[in-house]
Amino acid sequence: MTVLLAADNISKRFGGVQALKDVSLTIRAQEIYGLIGPNGAGKTTFFNVLTGLYTRDSGTIEFAGRPLRLGSPHKVAQAGIARTFQNIRLFGNMTALENVMVGRHVRTHAGVFGAILRTRAQREEEAAIRRRAEELLVYVGIGQRAGDLARHLSYGDQRRLEIARALATDPQLLALDEPAAGMNATETAALRQLIEGLRADGLTVLLIEHDVKLVMGLCDRVAVLDYGEKIAEDVPETVQRDPRVIEAYLGGQVGDGAH
Amino acid sequence: MSRKTIGIVLVALALLALPLVLTQVGTAWVRIANLAILFIFLSLGLNIVVGMAGLLDFGYVAFYAVGAYTWALLASPHFNLHLPFWAILPIGALFACVAGALLGAPTLRLRGDYLAIVTLGFGEIVRIFMNNLSAPFNVTNGPKGITRIDGLAVGGLDFRATDRFLGIDFTGPAKYYYVLLLLLLFVIAVNLRLQNSRIGRAWVAIREDEIAAKAAGIDTRNVKLLAFAMGASFGGIAGGMFAAMQGFVSPESFVLHESIMILAMVVLGGMGNVWGVIAGALLLSFVPEFLRYTVEPAQKMLFGRLLVEPEVLRMLVFGAALVLTMRFRPAGLWPESWHKREMREGEAA
Ligand SMILES: Nc1ncnc2c1ncn2[C@@H]1O[C@H](COP(=O)(O)OP(=O)(O)OP(=O)(O)O)[C@@H](O)[C@H]1O
Ligand SMILES: [Mg+2]
Repeated sequence: MTVLLAADNISKRFGGVQALKDVSLTIRAQEIYGLIGPNGAGKTTFFNVLTGLYTRDSGTIEFAGRPLRLGSPHKVAQAGIARTFQNIRLFGNMTALENVMVGRHVRTHAGVFGAILRTRAQREEEAAIRRRAEELLVYVGIGQRAGDLARHLSYGDQRRLEIARALATDPQLLALDEPAAGMNATETAALRQLIEGLRADGLTVLLIEHDVKLVMGLCDRVAVLDYGEKIAEDVPETVQRDPRVIEAYLGGQVGDGAH
Repeated sequence: MSRKTIGIVLVALALLALPLVLTQVGTAWVRIANLAILFIFLSLGLNIVVGMAGLLDFGYVAFYAVGAYTWALLASPHFNLHLPFWAILPIGALFACVAGALLGAPTLRLRGDYLAIVTLGFGEIVRIFMNNLSAPFNVTNGPKGITRIDGLAVGGLDFRATDRFLGIDFTGPAKYYYVLLLLLLFVIAVNLRLQNSRIGRAWVAIREDEIAAKAAGIDTRNVKLLAFAMGASFGGIAGGMFAAMQGFVSPESFVLHESIMILAMVVLGGMGNVWGVIAGALLLSFVPEFLRYTVEPAQKMLFGRLLVEPEVLRMLVFGAALVLTMRFRPAGLWPESWHKREMREGEAA
């Protein structure tokens, strides 16, 4: 299987906190890869480094065979990595549809003059952006919410909207930071279906999740972070039985459903 | 004809007839209307920066000043240059645009309050430049300002003189009114078109959540610079028209107070919503003038003498309006989100 993402010896420090310490992991094309660990283990930090929101102290990341540049998030999006946020970050005063349309920005070109003059190319591109955004809303299951302001959506719908916006950038790798947090059982089941569908459509998924059942049921492979270090990486069954992993979880809090 | 078309036709006729009616009342009122349009124009320019992109700009008047001085220097006896309007307006817009990029580039990382402070400083710096750029080379003529600036002249049509047309007298200010109205239509169209475009959405996304905007693939650096430059260009055009209309510019016209006034128009009306901004600008430019002209006679009639100076009352009303808005309508009188809901209900109906 081809490697899509190879992170090599990533380190990141915040003052006295070593949030990531020589973390290396490889994600293969079209797999669902879980990233778990106790609170404060460094999972979100890894996402932020990966997507260029934080600069890394050391280490390299290669994506689709090319090195990923430091600290320019839009370049990362352009390269084909999209993400969602643990604490949902939508454009609250834009409609659901507009939120997804923003995601098309990186794959479209119209500039100021095209917009002012309403050139034919601009109008066609705009219509295509809208069509694609509508499709994506339907795909994640909130098609009927298109005209609602993002901040008026329910929690679960906001999480779906974030996924739709991420998908609008035509990513190869979709990184989800605790997408099931705050969802009820029905919503979680729907989410699971959605993620499986994405993979079936050729996407690779990197998943941070505290819901152990979801991770173990969904992921092909799982990496475990603890105090910024990777302590395990394997198929879920093996990871679950790994004494270091059990120690990490039981030493701190009980892992199931904790935040 | 639908009711909407009839409405538009009526508004258009009213707007066309307005200067003729106002001329009957007094030419001063046409001048007030002209300044009001100019301020609506300015607030729609600033709306791009503050309303759409969410970049708090307290120095917008600097671009207005750049445009005004560009016209003043290129069309007056000061340098003995008399370029035509079609050359000066674009040059003024370009200079203002460059000034906007100059302000934008170093401030891209700043947000909110910090940006407000830097832009405020920038506005003052530009004004102080205008004040002091009279030695060793006399560029701006210092605090005395530049006089005898050419008015607008299109072909043989001089916008200073009165023309008789179809048996109606069109005074200079009335003719400027129509030009300003045309420019206003242009800036409204630009605002509306940008609002529903790729770049406009990127601006609003940055306003709403800059980190999410970055992660969604927006090059926030460039897109913010673009907002500064676009907003500034409109300030430059307005400045040029101001210089042409007044025939005189001096640094006094470009003080911080003006920046705050324009910003208040954007905020009061409803940031980001074109119609809200227009309403805010109309309110803040007409109400004070109205007070100025009515308060004095009204007090004389009621009390036989002047108790409160109109200027004092003006600032009082202005301050109270802002405080009340912030208290009860923090998103403005006519916020963007309302507008969206109305639009949607309109579509559904
Ligand atoms: N911007 C920051 N500044 C300072 N410290 C930070 C910052 N971001 C994260 N940290 C610290 O880095 C460590 C790792 O945090 P991170 O958010 O990556 O953990 P996490 O594994 O996502 O935890 P959780 O499961 O609670 O989301 C924590 O100790 C946290 O306090
Ligand atoms: Mg986290």
